[in-house]
Amino acid sequence: MGPVLAGVLQLLALIGALALVHVPAGTYLARVYSSAKHLRVEKWIYRGIGADPDAGMTWPAYLRGVLAFSAVGVLFLYLLMRLQGILPGSLGFASVGPAQSFNTAVSFVTNTNWQSYYGEQTMGHVVQTAGLAVQNFLSAAVGMAVAVALVRGFAQSRTGELGNFWADMVRGVTRVLLPGAFVAALVLVACGVIQNFSGIHEVGQFMGGSQQWNGGAVASQEAIKELGTNGGGYFNANSAHPFENPTPFTNLFEIFLILVIPFSLPRAFGIMVGSVRQGYAILATMVTIWLGFVALMMCTEFAHHGPALQAAGGAMEGKEVRFGVGSSSIFAVSTTLTSTGAVDSFHSSFTGLGGGITMLSMMLGEIAPGGVGSGLYGMLVLAVIAVFIAGLMVGRTPEYLGKKIGAREMKLAACYILVTPALVLGCTAASMALPTPPHSLLNPGAHGFSEVLYAFTSAANNNGSAFAGLNANTDWYNTMTGLAMLLGRFLPMVFVLALAGSLAGQRPVPVTAGTLRTEKPLFTGLLVGAVLIITGLTYFPALALGPLAEGLAS
Amino acid sequence: MNTSFTNTARLLGAGLRALLVLTLVTGVVYPLVVTGVAQGLFPGKANGSEIKADGKVVGSSLIGQQGYSLDYFQPRPAHGLGENSVNTQYKLILSGATNLAADNPELVKQVQDAKAQVVKDNSVPGYTVKASEIPPDAVTSSGSGLDPDISPQYAALQVHRVAERNGLSVAEVRGLVDAYTEGRTLGFMGEPRVNVLELNIALKELVAKG
Repeated sequence: MGPVLAGVLQLLALIGALALVHVPAGTYLARVYSSAKHLRVEKWIYRGIGADPDAGMTWPAYLRGVLAFSAVGVLFLYLLMRLQGILPGSLGFASVGPAQSFNTAVSFVTNTNWQSYYGEQTMGHVVQTAGLAVQNFLSAAVGMAVAVALVRGFAQSRTGELGNFWADMVRGVTRVLLPGAFVAALVLVACGVIQNFSGIHEVGQFMGGSQQWNGGAVASQEAIKELGTNGGGYFNANSAHPFENPTPFTNLFEIFLILVIPFSLPRAFGIMVGSVRQGYAILATMVTIWLGFVALMMCTEFAHHGPALQAAGGAMEGKEVRFGVGSSSIFAVSTTLTSTGAVDSFHSSFTGLGGGITMLSMMLGEIAPGGVGSGLYGMLVLAVIAVFIAGLMVGRTPEYLGKKIGAREMKLAACYILVTPALVLGCTAASMALPTPPHSLLNPGAHGFSEVLYAFTSAANNNGSAFAGLNANTDWYNTMTGLAMLLGRFLPMVFVLALAGSLAGQRPVPVTAGTLRTEKPLFTGLLVGAVLIITGLTYFPALALGPLAEGLAS
Repeated sequence: MNTSFTNTARLLGAGLRALLVLTLVTGVVYPLVVTGVAQGLFPGKANGSEIKADGKVVGSSLIGQQGYSLDYFQPRPAHGLGENSVNTQYKLILSGATNLAADNPELVKQVQDAKAQVVKDNSVPGYTVKASEIPPDAVTSSGSGLDPDISPQYAALQVHRVAERNGLSVAEVRGLVDAYTEGRTLGFMGEPRVNVLELNIALKELVAKG
């Protein structure tokens, strides 16, 4: 069997597993966020917080909960890193500097997990497990809570209430992420991922001498890193490191973990708005884009254009033998089409066009299937825009799921769409125009520009992967990517929750013969088109200067 | 004004309490329970899959090593590996890739140099390596710099050299490579591979017996 066929079979196996699991998982997710009952452990947590989980919140109240919780999270994580030098259980590692601590704290709280540090030499046990890994859970739970609030906006009428933020966030942790991560962590350990709290470990080498390794709670962090679409590696090499991802099976399993919640949420959405078929129209859009991008990536990586890859006879630079080109291509697309940013191979050494595909994946706004929660709300905002475009074409007042899309809704959706490109293009332009930031580039020519474009695309879209040749540990990049991550996460959330509040207050309009049937394949096609056209028009000039220039030259 | 300040303080207080409670659950209880179960069920794997030769630990079967003499099978290049620049009381290996672009002249040179080296090292009397036979993994750096494996094709290229330098027959060494070649998991996952450290340990034992 050749590598191409093996790659296709791995893709099919992954699709099969997701097709089987998304049905019970989607149904379960819908029940988690609809149930009126609280588990005993949740009641203890609510008592600890001092919050009434049954109090309904309007959108400003919900938003205040999100922002307060996230602000406290950033501050706590920042202090943990600044104080690492005096914390016990930190391997004697020094405290992290202010700019890098700010960047990293923001990065993990915004579900980005951009890393301007080397995990193995910077972060001790306490920061990794009680700081970074905790935000892997919490940022994912916040993303799901906001998505559920938007879904309730569609499902409810004339209340203006979107549910309770504390209840939604806590349930995401206790009923979804924690049990899932626990099982996944044990599977990973069984395959060779390490899980211990030992110090720096010195072992002999075959030819004499010795090498020093970090121990660590890697499996428990790896599991939630993928399941919560976070992506911050314990080690610098992330999921290419054999202690994070030791076998071909763990590689596929980690891709599965990345995709399982984002691909299950559309079904949960369908159930919650009372029409599973509406959920499947959204799911079909996500699957179409994801499959198309995986196919393109496999084509370009197996074709291995580019002088160095031609000389080598294959695109193995930055890739591990155990995964090969096929499995690495699936990982690269899945991690950039979600908000994960974990890597099992290094995107900077992909073919020019392959690197371009990873960038375009993020530029779509990470909605196919997107990060946990953020993928669903991003896609629903685009669905609102697609409905609006369709409404203009036939001259009818647009409506989606029984709610009118009026001027207020469209303004909010448009603001949502504009935030990220403004951040990406503005910060990239500033970095290229100023005298010092270009000193961080590793590669010459178009690829050097791509490194900066990639960095801000990744930060503003809360992805976290990198063209890692860029030296991002400078005050400029730590500060600017930090701001891009903050604004790229929370401004869209403001618009989403405002949109949800506006929808929840409406009285539903009855379905008539003239209503656009948003559960039909025609709408899926329209939505795919809207996604590609909006992104294409926004980013084409920038892409042409970077990956397209590189890819077409080779 | 006063009430909005109080409300904000109350909200931040709730956020802090939520963070502390959930840190306890996900940042203390969860990793400790996973560690307990992992150490109970899979102690060898949870501690890094250490591997022994002559009763001494010589590394991890998962972590590739550099610096083998030409008597042994060679691993992939690892130009992306680094050494720690902070907390220098340790000598840590920093995992990583070169991140060089496919059109970077530096990478082209790395690949061409590696190719020439593979031809030179592995061509022995009666067996000449052709540059076109060299598989890509032999001349490129991996993602982690710690790739423990090489492709079976790269191992096969090295058989003649290893046999000659150790006084073994080509057939014996080839048999060893075959025994240590791992196919795709379930026939379709990943790519076939040979673990360099395990292969070299077995080679050393074979030579010692021989």
